[in-house]
Amino acid sequence: MEFGLSEEQNLLRESVDRFLDDNADLDRVRQYADDPDDRGDDIWSGLTELGVPAVLVPEAHGGIGLTALDAAVIAESLGAHAAPAPYLSTAVLAVAALRLAGDEAQQAAYLPRIAAGSLRIGTAVSELSGARQGAAVEAREDGTLHGKALFVLDPDADAFLVADRTRRFHLVRADAGGLETTPLPQVDRTRRIAELALSGAPSEPLRGSRDPEVALRVIDLGRVMVAADTLGAAQEMLDQAVAYAKQREQFNRVIASFQAVKHLCAEMAAEIEPARALLWYAAHALDEAPDEGRLMACHAKAHLAEVGQFVGKTATVVHGGMGFTDLLGLHYWFKRMGFDRQFLGGPERVREEAARVQGLA
Amino acid sequence: MDLSYGPEYDEFRQELRDFLASHRDQAPRGQGMRSEPVKKWQKLLIRHGYAARTIPTEYGGHGGEPDILKARIIGEEFAAAQVPGGLGGQGISMLVPTLLELGTEEQKRRFIPPTLAGDMLWCQGYSEPGAGSDLASLRTSAVLDGDEWVVNGSKIWTSTAHMADWIFCLVRTEPDAPKHQGISFLLFRMDTPGIEIRPLVDMTMVSNFNEVFFTDVRVPKEQVVGKRGEGWYVANAILGHERDSLGDPNASLARLNRLIELMRTETVDGRRAIDNPAFRDRLMKIQARVTALRMNDLRILSSRINGSSDTGLARLITKLQATELRHELEALGIDIMGEFGLMYGKGPHLRDQGSWQNHYMYFLGLIIGGGTSQIQKNIISERGLGMPREPKAVVRAGG
Repeated sequence: MEFGLSEEQNLLRESVDRFLDDNADLDRVRQYADDPDDRGDDIWSGLTELGVPAVLVPEAHGGIGLTALDAAVIAESLGAHAAPAPYLSTAVLAVAALRLAGDEAQQAAYLPRIAAGSLRIGTAVSELSGARQGAAVEAREDGTLHGKALFVLDPDADAFLVADRTRRFHLVRADAGGLETTPLPQVDRTRRIAELALSGAPSEPLRGSRDPEVALRVIDLGRVMVAADTLGAAQEMLDQAVAYAKQREQFNRVIASFQAVKHLCAEMAAEIEPARALLWYAAHALDEAPDEGRLMACHAKAHLAEVGQFVGKTATVVHGGMGFTDLLGLHYWFKRMGFDRQFLGGPERVREEAARVQGLA
Repeated sequence: MDLSYGPEYDEFRQELRDFLASHRDQAPRGQGMRSEPVKKWQKLLIRHGYAARTIPTEYGGHGGEPDILKARIIGEEFAAAQVPGGLGGQGISMLVPTLLELGTEEQKRRFIPPTLAGDMLWCQGYSEPGAGSDLASLRTSAVLDGDEWVVNGSKIWTSTAHMADWIFCLVRTEPDAPKHQGISFLLFRMDTPGIEIRPLVDMTMVSNFNEVFFTDVRVPKEQVVGKRGEGWYVANAILGHERDSLGDPNASLARLNRLIELMRTETVDGRRAIDNPAFRDRLMKIQARVTALRMNDLRILSSRINGSSDTGLARLITKLQATELRHELEALGIDIMGEFGLMYGKGPHLRDQGSWQNHYMYFLGLIIGGGTSQIQKNIISERGLGMPREPKAVVRAGG
């Protein structure tokens, strides 16, 4: 009986943390946010040396074949640093789709390059968890894609994983004809998204995705990773709030000695601790308790969205006026969690799915 | 992450299931705490190691090795079988562990065996009208007169005082010492002359508590546990124990499952509550939080077994979160029943014997008792997050 991270998982967390502390501090994050031509190549290549893009790639394809919980440990560290990296798109969603639905040749062609950090795959999958107005992709018999995908994550990639309106997956090269990306400026500037107009772009289908279960499983995994990102960001915001309260003085005392401030911090900790255990279990269940995997992924996604919203507000309030400034930069984590809340399904939608999974809706 | 208990424990669980299957007809059903069936059942459970497991045989226990997982399995299986487990109460859950750690040999032999057997019932005398959250400011005094303490003062929120044979009581014995260092932990009989008990009816309209008044109550000198003046530290060891036990996530899970059943059967305008998306959303929010606390509890359990120490915060938040969540869960039960949710007492249309209103109020009591939510937040921020204590204010009411 051991509920928690293993020694190896703690070491993994420490090594990713250490690299990001040194190479993706707030100044570097700001630089990325301000320069649309900055792809964060230095960060991604450093993470590649640590094996980050290879985490879910099987050993047979040049990866390290670790578990969803290991991948969640990395996602948590990225969230804690509000780090720009094509992790969720390339290393999680695209790898999962290739593993579940790619044929042997596709896996052999793409997975080793993802593991080596030389292939980035953007993801046009947001219609799988809620098709907004104007979005739909149609795949024709001749292998071309038509229509529009919204909220495409990491559009500066080498290729795209596209979900069509029948929930099947296709791969499209970014330099193929019949494809146009338009950046969508959004509040979280540590992530880039775009809309993707497809007018006959040639694609190759991932044939295994004819099984509708594939898209569901890719989304389950993605949701747990987004929740892990929020967990890391929320913990970081709490840590910053407590540190700030311990040094900021008003009325001749540090504000950390006021119960009004202490109780806000206690409430954040009281929300974060059980959410951490839920997140770990949800990641574990994806691999080890498949009967519960989908329900736990829904609960982790929706619950962390609520915890993230509460912590984002509360930690900012503890910082007072400084929390509201760009100077301090606390808002990078606030906005990061704002993105996480909506991406792959907002909490109300995901809770409805949680009810459906149990036959309650 | 390894959530299996292992073959030794699977075997232990199976033995226990077999025991429950073959003995469940001997379990007491609704008899009083002092009835013969209750005592016989307790004796049987101790003999098999399903009650008083780790208490040495010379004190009337089973004499087993401490084993956190076995204790856990016992709790799980008795709950699942809906068979009453070993005797509880503040004597067994709080006093016995304290005596084992700090009592004299004579005290252990005198008090533990009859307490375990159900022959000696206890109540706890801690809180006072003027000493609630600030318990260490308590004023009930004990003054030595020859070979006896003379106790004067009063206690409040004293559960089971009207049934108890004995009380374990915090009294001030060193009036000139700093407040935490002037307290002693005293044991005495509840039929001693000078004790008056008045029932205190709470908002559930049941008298779960009492007020207890002491007027020149004479107690033999040797009935102090630990050293004179160290009662605060004796009591604190078990206060932690109480906080741990207030957040039982398995009880919340059972209640959540009952709530789901209720939502499937209660209708309004001919439509089931579960088919109302607003109610369903509230249910799913609560289910996620119940699950999170269950996992938090597994994390704590695991760290206790494996001796790791990174779960300090996870433990500190349990009482706060479990009581607040349970109160909210019960509130949803009432809301889905609407006006039927108001039914209380002995009239018609009661659902689950009126337990939704009863628990809704009872858990409000638990949010306050055992250290209020506000005191919990002080503890979380000070011990868990390293934030400083509030400086002492000197303002007094009316001053």
